Formats: sequence, structure tokens, C-alpha cells
Amino acid sequence: MADTVIAPDVEAPVNPTGEAADVVRAAARKKALITGIGFILVGLYALWAFGFGTKSGVDAVFGMTVPNRDTTEVGDLSLPARAVAIAMSVLCMVAGVLRIVLDRSRLAIRLSIALFLIAFVIAFLVWAVAGKQMSFAGALQNTLLAAVPLVLGALAGVIGERSGVVNIAIDGQFLFGAFAAALTGSITGSLWAGLAAGMVAGALIGGLLAVFAVRYLVEQVVLGVVINLLVTGITGFLYTQLLQKDPEGYNNPGVFENIRIPGLADIPVIGPVLFDVNIIVYLMYALIVIVHLGLFHTRWGLRARAVGEHPTAADTVGIKVNATRYRNVIMAGAIAGIGGAFLTIGTVGTFSKDMTSGAGYIALAAVIFGRWRPLGAVAAALLFGFTSALATSLQPLNTSIPSQFLQMMPYVVTIFAVAGLVGKVRAPAAANKPYTKG
Amino acid sequence: MKLELRGITKRFGSLVANDHIDLTVEPGEIHCLLGENGAGKSTLMNVLYGLYEPSEGEIVVDGTPRKFRTAGDAIDAGIGMVHQHFMLVPVFTVAENVMLGHEETRSLGWLDRRRARKKVLDLVDEYGLKVDPDMLVEDLPVGLQQRVEILKALVRDAKVLILDEPTAVLTPQETEELFRVMRALRASGHSIVFITHKLKEVKAVADRITVIRRGKVVGTADPASSEKELASLMVGRPVKLVVDKDRAQPGEVRLAIEDLTVLDGNGQAVVDRVDLRLREGEILGIAGVDGNGQSELTQAILGLRAPAAGKISLDGQDLAGRSPRQILNSGVGFVPEDRQHDGIVGDFTVAENLVLDMVTQAPFGRRGSINPGAVRDNARQRVEEFDIRTQTIESPAGTLSGGNQQKVVVARELSRPLRLFIASQPTRGVDVGAMEFIHKRIVAERDVGTPVIIVSTELDEVVALADRIAVMYRGRIVDIVPPTTSRGDLGLLMAGVIPSRDPAEPAPAAEPDATGTEPAAPTATNESDATPGEEDPA
Repeated sequence: MADTVIAPDVEAPVNPTGEAADVVRAAARKKALITGIGFILVGLYALWAFGFGTKSGVDAVFGMTVPNRDTTEVGDLSLPARAVAIAMSVLCMVAGVLRIVLDRSRLAIRLSIALFLIAFVIAFLVWAVAGKQMSFAGALQNTLLAAVPLVLGALAGVIGERSGVVNIAIDGQFLFGAFAAALTGSITGSLWAGLAAGMVAGALIGGLLAVFAVRYLVEQVVLGVVINLLVTGITGFLYTQLLQKDPEGYNNPGVFENIRIPGLADIPVIGPVLFDVNIIVYLMYALIVIVHLGLFHTRWGLRARAVGEHPTAADTVGIKVNATRYRNVIMAGAIAGIGGAFLTIGTVGTFSKDMTSGAGYIALAAVIFGRWRPLGAVAAALLFGFTSALATSLQPLNTSIPSQFLQMMPYVVTIFAVAGLVGKVRAPAAANKPYTKG
Repeated sequence: MKLELRGITKRFGSLVANDHIDLTVEPGEIHCLLGENGAGKSTLMNVLYGLYEPSEGEIVVDGTPRKFRTAGDAIDAGIGMVHQHFMLVPVFTVAENVMLGHEETRSLGWLDRRRARKKVLDLVDEYGLKVDPDMLVEDLPVGLQQRVEILKALVRDAKVLILDEPTAVLTPQETEELFRVMRALRASGHSIVFITHKLKEVKAVADRITVIRRGKVVGTADPASSEKELASLMVGRPVKLVVDKDRAQPGEVRLAIEDLTVLDGNGQAVVDRVDLRLREGEILGIAGVDGNGQSELTQAILGLRAPAAGKISLDGQDLAGRSPRQILNSGVGFVPEDRQHDGIVGDFTVAENLVLDMVTQAPFGRRGSINPGAVRDNARQRVEEFDIRTQTIESPAGTLSGGNQQKVVVARELSRPLRLFIASQPTRGVDVGAMEFIHKRIVAERDVGTPVIIVSTELDEVVALADRIAVMYRGRIVDIVPPTTSRGDLGLLMAGVIPSRDPAEPAPAAEPDATGTEPAAPTATNESDATPGEEDPA
């Protein structure tokens, strides 16, 4: 066999080593230096604002008992505010130093970023709560409630984009799902029928998106925004014409009861937050696992990703590209529809005009922040849910930071994420590219 | 398996890409389909592979007519295809790519990766197609990516393999290796349809040759025919296979590149400490397999990419920090490798395209307005001078054939006094007639003293044109050698290996198409209406 003369098998004598490798290293070092110095500066600010900005001898008290759940009492966590804030600010700076020193390993980079974020959040919290009390467990509970639609929307976004269709219409799927669930639930008196209607409504919007994106090759971002506006209009009209006129008959579906899982729900703090919730949340847990495993370990996922990365390649091995896209976008719509249903029959129990308030776009941000991976998107959705829960919890404490600033955080974080703070972000190659033969 | 194409015709609107083509592939043979770019070879194979539906004609497999509506139908009939542009998902592993569309699964569609892996390894053993099933395809060199394509066909039990221009991206050694694999496949009873326009390869590997010109079968040939005979059959008239040129008269150093390093978006060095000196009146050929930093090197010279380190100076002036416009205006002519994207604006007229990068300068533009008279006069002159075949100078450039589009680009870039001329893939996808013309113009530009850089992945072209050849591999200039260097040595250099200089070994630079100058005689199947320099629409 003449293998010895083929290029790939020959040990290449001119790999980029030496000076060129130095140039490559220099670029990486520069990035590490900029990020690291950024961390240190933010840490210094935290030290000044949160550390020395907190009176000494004051405690920040965090409630650890989940409100409104019959669980065992957990004692409050009381922290010396000034000391903790100073310590955490210093940790922020340590994270910056680590980022500069340990710029070689991926793991070290991620750990330093995580350390920075956690330390900063704690420093901020003890400063904000100093001398007062905040229910931390309640914040966790709110995090989950805020995150459920985001997670479901992000899963829908991941499936769509992995198959090559950008799903900007998540917000429309939420809104239509929420509306359909409330209306159907009220008319039939069955929450299950409401949930099914939410899924169908989301799938319908997904189907609409698919028809225009796949069949008529409409620019997908513009299309998604237009669909969202359409849904806003339709639901707004029907709301004023129908739901508002007879709220008892049309906008009174009720809410799914919580189901407590014995054993798991008895875990302190986390248990009641995660395992004393309603059926939609359990459905979300299952969907996270199903979408993750499905995407990376099944034939469906392999084909979906092939269609989203290199549709021509998929076509040449006999995969029907456009049929796959139709199916996946409609399925994703149904999942987002569940998220919409959660907004009405999973929490508040009534539909109100424009009730998503842009949650679909945050879900989309979670898709990107999570690097188009289901688990990453879930983590991002939880982070976004946490910031929004914090904003809610801190509002009554009258801190000097307006809660709107906190609510802005998810977007700021996403901008940094997309700019490459969390490493290279690579979208599926064929996302937003319609497929036509030949 | 015996495969027959009977009277296949494929029309795109009024354009006939395939005109009643008959072709029979016997079991266990390597059947070459020889034709120029745009002759309709790829269209024919896409019909055969179910990607296009034929307008007329039928495909017969082992005596039964078959209809292929999708690639899946062709696969089921035992036909496998290795496309010119690989149909591989870069972020998938080898095993995932091989099993895609044909997955090994357990219940619920769960992928059985172990079995898929084993299937790959079995085929690897059977045909000597060494490749690691767990590597990501994007990390593989092209030669191995091609093996993955072949594996994809074999795992689907293909009995007929279509290889569409498979050697375009390979080094000579990789090509040899591919031929070895092809022969092994033939020995095991597979038939291979080998599509190419490279005469040497046809002679090396074919059992039978069918020549296609302008969508028609113009004859069959024996592999023993000379390259000249094959060439004239393919082009339809006598062809000169070499470029006439005198010895270079190199003068002073005009372009100096020192220690140039360019990084890609991932921070990897794509141009790696390149040192080059280019003298006036010489052509420097840059050879190498596609994607070894040639494009990035030319982009850096043009100012399209900022170098991470190093210096480029033209006539002693540092080009650092200059915009592409300033560099072009200072007298650099550039023929980009992808003319559709970077060379012309398809919707603009031929006349507009001929002044595309000069509209701000007299006489075409003045104080922000364009002088249409000067643009038209210029266009008439260039169309005449460069023999650009267009209906009118107001036709959209996109409607021209590839060869004529390229002539528009070359005409534009050569229509002003130059201090440096860079041409990337100057004849890619261009018919032989236009190719001869473009080569002549490039040599003429050299002869007036302009330093010229030719980047080409076609080794024949580099050898024919260049006065010196710089071989690039993974961003580095491996060596700079004279054009008389043997193909074997050039091949090794293209793979990053510096061959040991053995004086005992004669340099076989005297390849027929590199030195022979005699024109070939037209053959019997020649069409009388063949006009030199015109090419097939496709």
C-alpha cells in the first residue's frame, strides 16, 4: 500500500510552530488580558460600591423557606454584609487574575467566568439586602416560574435553528398558545384541552412560519417579526371583542394544581421549588431530556442537524430537506405553545393583552447564549429567569438600583455572549438559508 | 451491474445542457467521461443521480428502465456519487457522515454508533481506505474527506460509483492513491464513472473513454490515444497545450513580503511567516492544494485582510494600513479566485463591469458622477481587444459564459498601467479557448515588466506559466523551485514534504503538455461549427 506517500499520513514538517504559534498565542493572550482586566475593574467597582458602600455591622438576611408550600422550616441565612461584599469583590478580582494567568485551558477560562459572575451577584445581593430581608427561596421559586416559558421557547428555538429555520416567531407562538389555552380551557372547562389547544396554536404559528420560510423562501428574521405582530393583532382583537366582554365564560380557565413528589420535594430549599410544581413544569423537565437526547443520539436528531448544517449533503443521501424542516418547525411550535399555555393555565389563570411582553425574544437570546445546545439554552433560560426573579424580589427593598436595570441584564449578558465572551459561538451553518435544489 | 443511459436530454429553459446522450457502463470497468468545463458532464451525472429529472431519455439498470426522482432512488438502484464539492457535514464525525440517511438504529430511532463505526472499519479494511471513524470531518484533509465520500457510497452497497472531478482538490500523490483505490474497487466488481477534464489522468486509469462536448457525445476513445488526440476531441479543434513564452528577464525586486502571518477568525495561522520577493518581469506561480493559505496571502496583499505580523512593501512603500481601494489605485491589478462573487456584479452591464474599480478615476468619473460616454468607449475597445463574446456591451455580465466573464475581469484589471498583477485561479471553469487567450495576456503583461503572481491549484497551469514556483502548504511556503521541477517533487512539496535532492534521478519535467509545442490535428468526430474560443453554455 502506497500509504506512506499520501499527504495526510505524512508527518507534516511545516506545521505552524515557532513564531506563527507565537502570533496565535499573542492574540489569545490579548483577549485574556482584556477580559481579565475587565473583571478586575468590575471587581474594583464592586469593592467600592458594594463593599465599602455597605455599613459595617449590618447583616443581610436571606429567607430560605419556600413560601406557600407545606415544607419543613429552614432557618434564615444571615450574612455580615460588609465583610461578605468585600470578600466577594476581591473574588471578582481573583477571577480576573486567574483569567489572565490561566489562559490556556478551556475549563479554567469557563471556571474563571463562572467564579466572576457568582461572586459579583453575591456581592451585589448582600449590598442590596444589607439591613433588610429577602426571601432567597422565593427568588428561586420565581426563577423557575419565569424560566419555564423561556426554557420551552428556547427548546423550540434550538430545534428550529438546528434544522435551518430561524424561529423569531417564538413570541407569537407563546402568545397564541397562551390565548388558545385560556379560551379553550374556559369553554371546555378542561385544562387538558386548554394545554392541547396551546400546543396546536403554537404548531399552527410554526406551520405558518415554515410555509413562508421553506416554501416561499421569505427572509426568516423579517418573517418571524411580522408573524409576531400578526399574532399580537389577532389576539388583541379577540381579547377585546370576546374575552373582555365575558371574562367568566371565555377567560377563566383556572390553573393546573401542583403535584408534590414525595421524597424529592422534601429536599431542603431546592426540593419544594423543583418538585412541588404543576404538570407543565414536569412536562418541561421531560422535554429537556427528550430534546437533548433526541438531537444528539437519534436518527431524527442526526437528520435534523444535517439539514441545518449542510442541506445539500442531506439531500444527496436521500433525506427530504424541506419535509424535515416543516416537521421540525411545526413540532418546535407546539413546544413553544406549551410555554405559552404555561403563562395562562400554568400560572396566572387568565389571558391578558400582550402578556408575553417579549419573552419569546429572551428565549431566542437563550438559544444563542446556550450556543444552540438544548442544555446550554436551558441554563441560559434559568439565568435569565434568575435575573428577572431578582428584579421582582429586590423591588420592595428600595435599593438605589432601579429594577429596570436588573431586567435589562439578560440582554446585556447576551450581547457579551454573542461577542465571544463564552468562547466561539457558531450557529448552524444553514440557519436562515432556505433550501432550493440545483 | 450494467448501467445504460439512452438518449438523455436535459434542458434548462432554452438551454440544452445534455443532448441525446447515450452511455453504457459495463460491470467492473473504469469509464472516463472526458469534457471541458461546461460541456455538460456534471449535469448528466446529476440526472443519473436523481438530482435533476431528465427532459427526455431513460436510465436502464441491468436491462430494466428505472426512474430516479430523488437521490434516494439512485442509491437504492446501487448508484453512488462522490461530488466535486464534498457532500459532508463538517461538524459530524466520519461515522456520522457515513451513516447519515442510512442510520443504524435500535428502538425509537436511537443511533447505534458502535455498529456504524464497525461498518466503517470493515470497509476501511476491505478497500484500504484508511480513515478514523471518530474524527470530525472538518478536521480531515481533503484527501481523507474524499475517502469518506467513497465510504458513504460503499456502505450503501453502490455498484456503480460516479466520481465527479475527484482529483481537482488532490495533490499528485493523493491522486495516485485515489487511483489505487479505484483499481481495487474495479477488482471487486464495482464500476466507476470517472468525470474529468485532465488528460493525463484519463490515460492513467481509464478502461474506456467517452468524450462530451456541448452536451453531446462526440466520440469514444481508447486510453492509448495520445493526449493531443484526446484534447482536440474534447475541444473540437486543434489545441496548443503549452504557453508560448520567452525566458523571463527579471529586473529589480518590486514586491517584498517579509515574515507575513495572517490569522483566521479562530486565531489559527492561515498564512505562516511567508517571505517572498517578486522581481519585475517575472511570473511567480503559487502552487498548492486549495485552502493552504493562498487566498489569504493574496487577500493580505490587497489589504482585504489585516496581517497579524510581517510587512508587505511594493516598490519600497509599506502597504500596511492602506485600504483595498488605495492599493488598487496605486496600480495593483487583481483577478479574484471567485469571479461570480468578487470579480463581477452579475446584474451590472458588461460596460459597467469593465470599469468597476475605476469609476472614481478619470476619464470614467469626475466629482462623483460617471461619464457614460467614456465607459462605453472603453467597453467597445476592451470587448474588441479581449475578444469578449457578448451580445452588446449593455448586456448584464451575469448572462455571459464563465470564460467570457473571466475575460471581462482580466480585461478590466489589465486595462491600466500596473505595478503588480495578481491573478487567482485565472482560468478556473474557463474553456480551453479562453484559457489560451488569458494565458497569452498574462505573459504579455509580464513582458512589459509588470511583476505577476499566479495562484492556481492546477499544477499544469502553474508549470506552464510560472518562471518560479512557490509551493504553499498549511500557510507556509515550503520551497521556491524552478518550473522544470518534476511533478513528483512538486507533489511532495504540495504535501509539505521537501524531497531529497537526488542528482541521480532525472527530473522528468519533459512531460508532453509542458514542453511539446506542436498543434494537434483535428479528429474525425470534429464538428464543423466549432468556433475557437466559444464555449458551451452550462
